[in-house]
Amino acid sequence: MTLLDALLFLPLAGFALLLFLPRAQSENIRLTALAVSLAVFLGSLGLPFLFETLSTDFVWIESPNIHYHVSLDGISLWLVLLTTVLTPIAILISWRSIQDRIKEYYAFLLLLEFGLIGVFIAQDLFLFYVFWEVSLVPMYFLIGIWGHERRIYAAVKFFLFTMAGSVLMLAAIIYLYNKAETFDYALILQALSTGKLALSAAEQMALFLAFFLAFAIKVPLFPLHTWLPDAHVEAPTAGSVMLAAVMLKMGTYGIIHFCVPMFPRAAHECAPWIVKLAIIGIVYGALVALVQPNMKKLVAYSSVSHLGFVVLGIFSFTQQGMDGAVYQMLNHGISTGALFVLVGFMYERRHSLEIADYGGVAPYAPWLSTVFLITTLASIGLPTLNNFVGEFLVLQGAAIANFKWAVYAALGVILSACYMLWLYQRTFYGEASEVIKHHMPDLTGREWAAMLPLLLLMVWMGTYTKTFLPPISASTARILVGTESSKRIRVAAPRANTLLAKEAADVR
Amino acid sequence: MSVDDAIRFLPELILILAATLIMVCDPLTSTHRKSTLAVLAFVALLAALAATAYSSTDPGKAFFGMIVVDGFATFFRAIVIVVGLLTVLSSNRFLEREGANSGEFYALLLFSISGQSMMAASNELIILFIGLEISSIASYVMAGFLRDDSRANESALKYFLLGSFASAFLLYGIALVYGVTGATNLSDIGSRMQPDSLLGGVAAALMFVGFGFKISGAPFQMWAPDVYQGAPTPVTAFLSAGPKAAAFAVFVRVFTVAFGNIGDRWEPLIWISALLSMTIGNFAALGQTNVKRMLAYSSIAHAGYVLVAITARSESGVAAVMFYLGAYALMNVGAFTVVGHISRKGERYLRVEDLSGLGVRQPLTAAMFSIFLLSFIGVPLTAGFFGKFYIFKAALQSDLIWLTVLGLLNSAVAAYYYLRVLVVMYMQEPGEAVNEVEPLSPALRLSLICSAAGTLILGIFPSGALHFAVKSAVLK
Repeated sequence: MTLLDALLFLPLAGFALLLFLPRAQSENIRLTALAVSLAVFLGSLGLPFLFETLSTDFVWIESPNIHYHVSLDGISLWLVLLTTVLTPIAILISWRSIQDRIKEYYAFLLLLEFGLIGVFIAQDLFLFYVFWEVSLVPMYFLIGIWGHERRIYAAVKFFLFTMAGSVLMLAAIIYLYNKAETFDYALILQALSTGKLALSAAEQMALFLAFFLAFAIKVPLFPLHTWLPDAHVEAPTAGSVMLAAVMLKMGTYGIIHFCVPMFPRAAHECAPWIVKLAIIGIVYGALVALVQPNMKKLVAYSSVSHLGFVVLGIFSFTQQGMDGAVYQMLNHGISTGALFVLVGFMYERRHSLEIADYGGVAPYAPWLSTVFLITTLASIGLPTLNNFVGEFLVLQGAAIANFKWAVYAALGVILSACYMLWLYQRTFYGEASEVIKHHMPDLTGREWAAMLPLLLLMVWMGTYTKTFLPPISASTARILVGTESSKRIRVAAPRANTLLAKEAADVR
Repeated sequence: MSVDDAIRFLPELILILAATLIMVCDPLTSTHRKSTLAVLAFVALLAALAATAYSSTDPGKAFFGMIVVDGFATFFRAIVIVVGLLTVLSSNRFLEREGANSGEFYALLLFSISGQSMMAASNELIILFIGLEISSIASYVMAGFLRDDSRANESALKYFLLGSFASAFLLYGIALVYGVTGATNLSDIGSRMQPDSLLGGVAAALMFVGFGFKISGAPFQMWAPDVYQGAPTPVTAFLSAGPKAAAFAVFVRVFTVAFGNIGDRWEPLIWISALLSMTIGNFAALGQTNVKRMLAYSSIAHAGYVLVAITARSESGVAAVMFYLGAYALMNVGAFTVVGHISRKGERYLRVEDLSGLGVRQPLTAAMFSIFLLSFIGVPLTAGFFGKFYIFKAALQSDLIWLTVLGLLNSAVAAYYYLRVLVVMYMQEPGEAVNEVEPLSPALRLSLICSAAGTLILGIFPSGALHFAVKSAVLK
């Protein structure tokens, strides 16, 4: 049993423990949940030093050959850390806002953490699918029970969208198993690259699309994004935070970790179309965010835009683009997570998400305004803050692949400044209403505790990328080499030769 | 009758003797002590389960090859007997509540199970038919057991009329098979059937009509929603699990052993039926407001999934059928038991909305119902997920790619109506029905906990059951 297994199962143990605590002891329930999540977080701090050595592999079910196989690479390492950082924060920000069925609420948050960590560390396709679905259930309940007015609609829509995508992925996983006789990701990858497991072009394309659809819904890639604004607006604050910050990354992680390495040829063939969708998503998400009267909806659409960058970076198939994509995954988790936290704080004070109900908040809650401003600036990509690094790398990668892509995508950066700054202006400046004057206290100690780690990370990731980038680059470089080498195999085939030449011309 | 024969037939013998004993004791027991008879039935079922296990230690044929005890038979005998045990646990309180607790019910139940057990072990068309009729006739009566309830009467009559009709088709099929091959023993039929036999194909089609009715597979599913809705809920639980599992057992055995070499003729039929069952079941369930009716349509859809595994025509397909039916029996009996518990006297509360707020009022009941529903959806770590997984794995191995894709998409559609129940249980305020619901009786609690635990165990550690299924899937 390694540190990784302990980190995975600790939240599950916490979940079971909470179920047995008496319902009436609400304070104890909160403290237990917080203690468990903090323990997981503290444990996870050891991961960057150990991550290459942590691996567990044993047989879970003999026939079919399903293993419990978990390990980390330079990408999943940071995603696990993102999960473990945000879970205690999600618990902290729910302290006062959730007063109903507390026990189930915190139990579901811990179960969610279990599922999310599992998704990022599973190295067995079957195990991955199990965690993928398991993480769906607690989020469904979090939205459906503790959400706002249209919560049921949003929860069901969320569940069905994800389910519809993932059943096809299940079919693809079974298909691969029947061919390879293993679910082990590394073995399948090896069999694919050595040619021991040969897939025809059509098979590869079908499998790629089956996986990609599941991931694209989760990302969400335009035009599959419609569940996202509903889910975000209706979810309780902690639900929005976990959803935006971590769950969306399941999709992009899946693309970069499974889709691209396993089916490089299909990925290359589809790349032009996917990039087009990503760019449409970047611009469309930003434009829609611009006109939103509801703060949460605005942030939700900004997510569509930001996640478009991630997809663009991945499908640029350049070192910079991929690094930037992974970096942007983390950035988005932190800055958008922080935005949802802050919007939640404001909702607790004013009980409204409409931008029109605010205005002139700054003089009454100066610290809240300052923190919101820093987060806003991080989100629009101000240099020295985290998003800048990610967006820069993605745009650089896109420019190397095709300069036009970078031009279109850069529009999104400009638009993000428009909608975020305009939001800030409308909520924090101007004339304060009576309600604002009396009901806008500044940040409390608990709220500071939730926000400080995020602010720290924004600055850290924006100024000292050396902590984070080397492991990421090592992993993305491996993925790129894998996809390139299979391209070279294509060169050997006479028909493919012309295709490649055409592609090279496109790149130029 | 040699000793070996007797041992291989022991479960049925125990059940029939116990049923007769209960009939005899019934008039001698006073009205408020009928629960003793339930205990007797329970003990008899346990004994039959033990006998099943014992007889499986010495597999082989009995009565000149008419009965066969192999892993497959043992598996299905165990399923129908466990379904019987769960039904006894959940029906006692229900019948007391409806003022209809009598020994007759338990006797009928045991007779029905003995028939199903016989079906599971039959290796011969006549025994198969006798088993099917014993099972069916007892269950026709059980469907109408609440005599004063017009819904139950309608249900029983419909079940009886359509059921007899289907039996006739089955008999036509048997007659044709005998005409073609001159045999009723499945192994003999298998060896004498010519691969190009047209009449053999017709016989298979006719028998499929009969079996299709019993398993409520489309296009022979019409009766299921009305019968399931009208029958007393514990009986519905029983009907949708026991007779269905037994019918699938004979279906698989006949089509694998006897019709194995005319597979190309019947595969398209079952392919279509599988797709129709899944689609009709799931889409019709979407619009239902009555929980029992919704679960009835869902059971049609689940029959469709099992038919997918039969279409695969492979050993892993047979193993998938076995695993799925085991899982399905547990979750389905569990789900209907919860519905029966909530419905209260006269089965007044059967709408989906009547479950609202159950998560607040009775967290344990709601949690167990959630496990069953998540298992129906096929969420990992529940038995239903592995069931579906094995089915579609077998289907893909046999290159049934379109059927797999359509089946999986179907299961995404199905998530919608199961989720609706979760929504009302957890996300809505308690209503009138739930506010006054009585606490779970010990027997009900035991029955539900067993089903829920079984659903989870099969979902987390499926190896044991699957290993047994794979080992037993070789039918000769």
